Amino acid sequence: MTLPKNNNAMKLTKIFNLMMLGASLTILAGGCRKSTLNTTHIKNPADSVGGGTGLNDQDPLKGKGGTGGEGANGITPLSGKVDDWPVDPSDPLHAETIHFDYDKSAIRSSEQSHLDNVASYLKSHAGVGLRVEGNCDERGTEEYNRSLGERRAAAAREYLIRAGCDATLITTRSYGLDHPVDTGKSEAAHAKNRRDDFVVLLPPGAK
Amino acid sequence: MNRMKKFIINLALIGFAGRLLAQEEIKIIKPADFLGMTPPTPIAITGFTGEVDAALKFDLTVMGFTNVTPEAAQYLLSGGGGGGEVHGQLSFGGTGKRTTLFNKSYRGADMRAQAHRLSDDVVLKITGVNGIAETRIAFKGGKGRASEIYVADYDGHNPSTVTHDSTDVAAPCWVPGHFALYYTSYKLGNPDIFFQDLGSGQRHNFAHYPGLNTSAAVSPDGKKVAMILSKSGSPDLYVCDADGKNLKQLTKTPEDESSPCWSPDGQWICYCSRINERRALYKISVNGGSSVHIPTTGVSNPSEPDWSPDGKWIVFTSQMRDFEICVVPAQGQGVPATPLVSGEDPCWAPNSRTVIFVRRNGGNRVLSLLDVPTKQTKDASRVSGSDSQPSWAR
Repeated sequence: MTLPKNNNAMKLTKIFNLMMLGASLTILAGGCRKSTLNTTHIKNPADSVGGGTGLNDQDPLKGKGGTGGEGANGITPLSGKVDDWPVDPSDPLHAETIHFDYDKSAIRSSEQSHLDNVASYLKSHAGVGLRVEGNCDERGTEEYNRSLGERRAAAAREYLIRAGCDATLITTRSYGLDHPVDTGKSEAAHAKNRRDDFVVLLPPGAK
Repeated sequence: MNRMKKFIINLALIGFAGRLLAQEEIKIIKPADFLGMTPPTPIAITGFTGEVDAALKFDLTVMGFTNVTPEAAQYLLSGGGGGGEVHGQLSFGGTGKRTTLFNKSYRGADMRAQAHRLSDDVVLKITGVNGIAETRIAFKGGKGRASEIYVADYDGHNPSTVTHDSTDVAAPCWVPGHFALYYTSYKLGNPDIFFQDLGSGQRHNFAHYPGLNTSAAVSPDGKKVAMILSKSGSPDLYVCDADGKNLKQLTKTPEDESSPCWSPDGQWICYCSRINERRALYKISVNGGSSVHIPTTGVSNPSEPDWSPDGKWIVFTSQMRDFEICVVPAQGQGVPATPLVSGEDPCWAPNSRTVIFVRRNGGNRVLSLLDVPTKQTKDASRVSGSDSQPSWAR
């Protein structure tokens, strides 16, 4: 990498250049002491990155999927069963959003009554699905928060499973820091954004 | 003679740091280089105008040079452009006793591309390492539901949109040596990993498991993909073949793993997890087994590691009061981490010295380039209102 800029370094540089000669024919012509003018032709860098209207999407979407994966102790794998179910437009659990401490995914005791309400709803509406959507504030890096949001959604899901809800009907989704409800910079705004929203999903064909 | 003295001092420092390859001088990296305290190499850039002049100065700044007057310069780069051709002469030494190192002209593409080639020729001639001025990056442009994947020259010029989905996207990753990307998209609702050939525009859904599918990282030989999936009920690290087969779960923790990257020999995957509820970096063999903690002594809350292509360093984001770009030796041995500049989400250039990272600017993000040895930075040209999550083609 960076070499000291003295005569020794120049010699080392020359050796290095010779090693690279094969890869870069235009570089070394003339050596170090002679002045020659040579012309390098540059090809157009790739003009197209293939985006735009050429996007070929006809058969891409149902990719490899499947279920399973080995959960840690006490964690139930996702089933995938409800992932394509439509959202209940009446959004019946809108008021049950729960909030988290900074950088934590543990359920606060103050939030448990909301989760108990969610569990009651699921038990009294047999067969509906639930998507827990995990979110973070902006104090954290993007992919770190995407995983933290997923962990927050998973924490609520585990609570509901322990409360007797059907694990196969509950899925999770993380939006990381990308879907804030308050874009302010205050702690109050951040606290609102560290949350799980509960989205009810209806079985296909249900009205 | 003064320089010789410095060189000897540097050799002594290397001995002090220990365990570096002392017998192979050409591979030695001076520890001081990575403290961000190496003075930039003075070069005088004269005779160029407009875009060519700006591109040369930008390129050479982020590869360790500083533009000075000819009297103060160690190297002189003179030349100009006209009639669609750039020409440049590089010489070494003080006024009156200069030695010409090369004299070249460039034709084809556009003058900006010619200037980049001249920059790379200067860097290769002086340092013996290939330059990065002709490389490309991929990144996320925009925020939330209005984000798309882009590719551009490494300095943000000549951008193109890769996706047109008007949905959340994240975490683009180049396939080494190929004109292709993996990235995360919520196009189907669920965050899935897509593969897209940038030449043909064809893409397919690479990972579509229940829950989170994100942070694809392709092995240096292109044969394997590491990623974060939550199908086990919690985000874990997985690896599979480039065609999606032979999926293997590497971690089985109740914690939230994130941001895998590969060692250049393809044997290790470094990632972020937690220990006693605190963030930490780990590495695990691609074949599985126990995770090894990578200490980041002196800084806290590390995430987003990236392993340098020469294998020597891991750059990462530390979150203390603000986000800091930090570096630790990959074979840590307790050497403290070095904070460099404010920023997050760093990614190494192929030269193992320049890093692209993200700077927050109010509610938006800006891609910025950092020359690690000298700590010189330059913002890339802005593409969308908010550019983040850079991946360097290498």
